[in-house]
Amino acid sequence: MENLLPIVIGLLFGCGCYLVMRRNIVRVLLGIMLFGQAANLVIFTSAGLTPGEPPIIPAGETTITGDHADPLPQALVLTAIVIGFAVLAFALALVLRAYEKTGSDDLDTFRNSEN
Amino acid sequence: MPPSSLLLALPLILPLLASGVLLCVRNLPESRRHAASILTCLLIVISAALLLARVSAEEILVLEVGSWPAPFGIVLVADLLSAIMLLVSAVIGLAVAVYAAGHGTARFRGYFPPVFLLLLLGVNGSFLTGDLFNLYVWFEVMLMASFVLVALPGGRLQLEAGVKYLTLNFIASTFFLVGLGVLYGMTGTLNMADLAVKFRMTEDMNLVASSAVLFLIAFGIKAGIFPFYFWLPSSYHVTPTPVAAVFAGLLTKVGVYACLRIFTLVYGNYQDLIGSILLPLGILTMVTGVFGAASQFFIPRILSFHIISQIGYMIVGIALFTEGALTATIFYIVHHILVKTNLFLVGGMISRKLDTQALDNTGGLYRTAPWLACLFLIPALSLGGIPPLSGFFAKFSLIREGVATGGWVFVFFASAVGLLTLYSMVKIWNEAFWKDLPDRWHPPHRRVPLTMAAPSCALALCTILIGVFPASLHDLAARAAAQIKDPDLYISRVLGTKTETTGTP
Repeated sequence: MENLLPIVIGLLFGCGCYLVMRRNIVRVLLGIMLFGQAANLVIFTSAGLTPGEPPIIPAGETTITGDHADPLPQALVLTAIVIGFAVLAFALALVLRAYEKTGSDDLDTFRNSEN
Repeated sequence: MPPSSLLLALPLILPLLASGVLLCVRNLPESRRHAASILTCLLIVISAALLLARVSAEEILVLEVGSWPAPFGIVLVADLLSAIMLLVSAVIGLAVAVYAAGHGTARFRGYFPPVFLLLLLGVNGSFLTGDLFNLYVWFEVMLMASFVLVALPGGRLQLEAGVKYLTLNFIASTFFLVGLGVLYGMTGTLNMADLAVKFRMTEDMNLVASSAVLFLIAFGIKAGIFPFYFWLPSSYHVTPTPVAAVFAGLLTKVGVYACLRIFTLVYGNYQDLIGSILLPLGILTMVTGVFGAASQFFIPRILSFHIISQIGYMIVGIALFTEGALTATIFYIVHHILVKTNLFLVGGMISRKLDTQALDNTGGLYRTAPWLACLFLIPALSLGGIPPLSGFFAKFSLIREGVATGGWVFVFFASAVGLLTLYSMVKIWNEAFWKDLPDRWHPPHRRVPLTMAAPSCALALCTILIGVFPASLHDLAARAAAQIKDPDLYISRVLGTKTETTGTP
């Protein structure tokens, strides 16, 4: 897994880059979404993958014993997923409104705010 | 809970509660909504002032949220830098809340107060947090509110600008998250004080450099540093004046604050590396920004490019990394927040008077509204660095520090950029105030309501006061700079390890 995940992350970032370079605005959003997922995987992977016990202290003990997974990165990733989801939902609504107003999903027509 | 800790939480609790209530109470008349938001902002100013007084006396305040000890739980920390930033942003919040009461369409005015308070919540949280992941969360709170504010008027231009603004800032957040992942993998902690301790022992320069650059990109996009600033002048100028003013004053400065905090506290031991990256970026930011401003003929766009060039000065101040340079940077940030917000507010009043902010169509305001000319001159001359206004002392102390450290390239560019800044301010002055109104343009010449003029007067008064009594702010900034230059006290307070260096308990 530790060798596979970096490849997956790279693929996600690569696909995200490709999509963000498109002129179609929905694809740009999809690209950003892939970036977000790749970033979450980076946190998940860099914290180390520990196939072992869940980080729960057994009844009657005061400290954890043996090999256990680090719960913090999972909490971080969970928070990041929720925030990313909220931003994406807002972005979709915004893009829909922009599409209704401009009548186009091509970013090249989004030049009016430049001058 | 001791009252000092409560003081730390107040700047977060107040806007959160008020905006929550305002979002729930749907049928409240508009004037009441604005009254509520102004009152909340006033309370934030008071609590921030109390916090500054307390921090000034007791050095550093720490609140362990949920009573978990520092490296494990979330902490709110206020040192002098945070407290100064909090107070200035609270003052800006109050000024803009008053200004917004009479501005814009009904739809805009109705939704503005609660979203604006959420924006202040995000800004205050970013200044107070002592934990990097929490900084990310506060950034997102701030960004969500700012997305809504950009898109709120719902016109085509605003929606286009909103899409650009959202895309770029979301990408910045991704960089930030990846940087967090790398840091956590390296050190196993995200508490800033704990990171600072762990970073003193690390040998792995590759990881240090890579995470530093990831943060630099993330904060650079938010602050508008050289290669990453293009979204800023294309989205700020289409937003309504109160929104543009608060963005111009606060949002980019939150990015600068994050740079200042992290590159001194966490990466303080690698200042050569950081400085060698930041110095050229800062100079390029200054130069490209001011050339952009010189080439524009639309007031908010000129002002937006100016934000960028002024950010350059602050970045160079961080790059020089002497105590004097950090003092100058903090002084510069305070001065810039007040002045830039005020200039946007004045731009809004020009547009109220003449129905346009394009310099081709403006003119004659010196005759028809001499008081407005006066209100414009104070922040404009201050931005250009004319003594005895606040900008002169900010620029002067930064350039003096450049001379002292032998950064002659910076001294040359800083002086040249100062002149060009003055040139573009003179351009606005000539076109909007001095020349006659062009014949083809027949503006309504509406009266400017008192709610719009009063905040601008108050901010101008602040600028003058700083100019007349620069020493008091300079001393405060110097103490803040000494604190961030030598973070041992910060670290010991946050991690709870009492050392001999701490003075009062």
